[in-house]
Amino acid sequence: MNILREILEGVLASRSGKIGFSIVIFHLVMAVASPWIVPYEFNAQAEVIDHIGPSLQHWAGLDTLGRDVLTRTMLGGREAILVTLFGTFLAVTWGGFFGILAGFLGGRFDELIMRSVDIFLAIPWMIFLLLVIASFGNGAHVMIFTLGFFYGIGVVRLARAATLEIVVKDYVLAARARGEGTLSVIFREILPNVRDVLMVESAMRWSWMLLAFSALSFLGFGVTPPTPDWGLMIANSRIYLPLAPWPVLVPMIALSSLIIGINLTADAMAKSMGLDKTTRTPV
Amino acid sequence: MLALIGRRFVYALITLWVVSVVVFSAVEMLPGDACQAFLGQMAQGKRLENCRAEHNLSAPAYVRYKDWAVGLAQGDLGKSIKRSKPLEEVIGPRFRNTIILGLTAALIGIPLAIVLGAIAALYRDRKADLWISSVAIFCMTVPEFITGTLLISLFSVWLGWFPGIVIMRADAPLLEVLSKIILPVMTLTLVMVAHIMRMVRTSMIDVLASDFVQMGQLKGLPRLRLVVMHALPNALLPAINLIALNIAWLIGGVLVVEVVFNYPGIGRLSVNAISDRDFPLVQAIALLMASIYVALNLIADLLSLLLNPKLRTQSLQS
Repeated sequence: MNILREILEGVLASRSGKIGFSIVIFHLVMAVASPWIVPYEFNAQAEVIDHIGPSLQHWAGLDTLGRDVLTRTMLGGREAILVTLFGTFLAVTWGGFFGILAGFLGGRFDELIMRSVDIFLAIPWMIFLLLVIASFGNGAHVMIFTLGFFYGIGVVRLARAATLEIVVKDYVLAARARGEGTLSVIFREILPNVRDVLMVESAMRWSWMLLAFSALSFLGFGVTPPTPDWGLMIANSRIYLPLAPWPVLVPMIALSSLIIGINLTADAMAKSMGLDKTTRTPV
Repeated sequence: MLALIGRRFVYALITLWVVSVVVFSAVEMLPGDACQAFLGQMAQGKRLENCRAEHNLSAPAYVRYKDWAVGLAQGDLGKSIKRSKPLEEVIGPRFRNTIILGLTAALIGIPLAIVLGAIAALYRDRKADLWISSVAIFCMTVPEFITGTLLISLFSVWLGWFPGIVIMRADAPLLEVLSKIILPVMTLTLVMVAHIMRMVRTSMIDVLASDFVQMGQLKGLPRLRLVVMHALPNALLPAINLIALNIAWLIGGVLVVEVVFNYPGIGRLSVNAISDRDFPLVQAIALLMASIYVALNLIADLLSLLLNPKLRTQSLQS
């Protein structure tokens, strides 16, 4: 618990961290509470439509089927957030595990893992995601598993690089000299030192995974209608943009604000941990 | 040096071979075979038999892999299930279009990103840097389909300068393609510039803090000369591989841009192929995209070998 408090204090120390963290918390609270506070049913159609823009009854206007945009936007992040949170957890866990092991053991095992990573990075991930979803459906477990797998590949590289820096330190040598076993060295000497890198990486992965998830639903592979989802809402209302901008703009603001919020939080976290200089790329 | 280059080539070939195995077996592991998937409800009786016979699906998997791989090596991508044309004719023009799109974006984006990254590093934490970096963060965090849609609403709906979507035949002549891709190129460039600029900035900040730059300053080199001739080349060297990795990763996202703008490229074709369950086509596209990735990495490796004196002489020392 102490660690979490420390990280939180670090994030809240900067102004951009405060802003980013509040946005993320707002979205998380909304994702949990929205079913009880939305003004309308998510698929209820307005009976009388005299005005599709924002009005007193419908603050963000109506979409092409006469459904309340505000309601659908409030509900539209739930599946995305749920899937990507679990997906991120899966990605960082398996990627971190293999990365640390490869960096720690070195030799043949390291070579094998890193060559496999190189090969998997060459596979066009978007096509594979679409293929898997097309074959196994877009159930939450399928999405979590495939996103978690593909986004964990980059974590392996990162965790390995971070481990390689720690393995050569004197205290690791001392622990080995004391006769501690492999697992004990990994969990007590290496993991605490790689943890910071993995924490920041988790936040970044989460935002990338949200990008991927929303792209999938934009392409029609993510969430099954009529379930409200930001990417799907944007895709469906996009062609009416000149006539009715609200059904596109409102979910756009929701999605972008969440991703920017996560990035601001991650940046503040990295800064407070002294990891400012790491270049972060999705690969 | 030659041995090093040769080894990189061998690695690239091995990677491609393993990727082809993975792509093939991934489709193989999906429930049902290609004909069942394509025919769906109608997959029974004579129709299924005919389809299977036509695509030689009754042969064991390793035989089919061998046929496929041998065909690929000879430039024969295979036979589409849905489309009656050979795959080369389906993929060829669209592949060209995607390459045009990516290349144009890279030709505009990379120099722009290098200049902006250098400026941001030189004026670190001052106004210019804050502006460039904030816009970059916005561009890289907002999904491509949102950037694309915003650009459409700005330049097409509001200002009416460019058409919002691309309407053209897949095999349109080059000039026609170039005249119609302004908005998609802009979308792709924004994301690309943001990613690469951040890397150049970080790497440039490191170089600016190094001894030889200080030395140059102390001996009174003109600032512009110092930056362009001495600092920048050293800052770009470590960034080359990252830039290649990034471009390759962004190519995965080109799919979304192509769908947004209705652009007849290989990305949109792959979405259609997956929706049609035309698995031979999906396999061919997946392998093609993997080859682009491998080729980009190979080019980056060779470039950094050529540009870095230390790596160049490594083979002599060892």
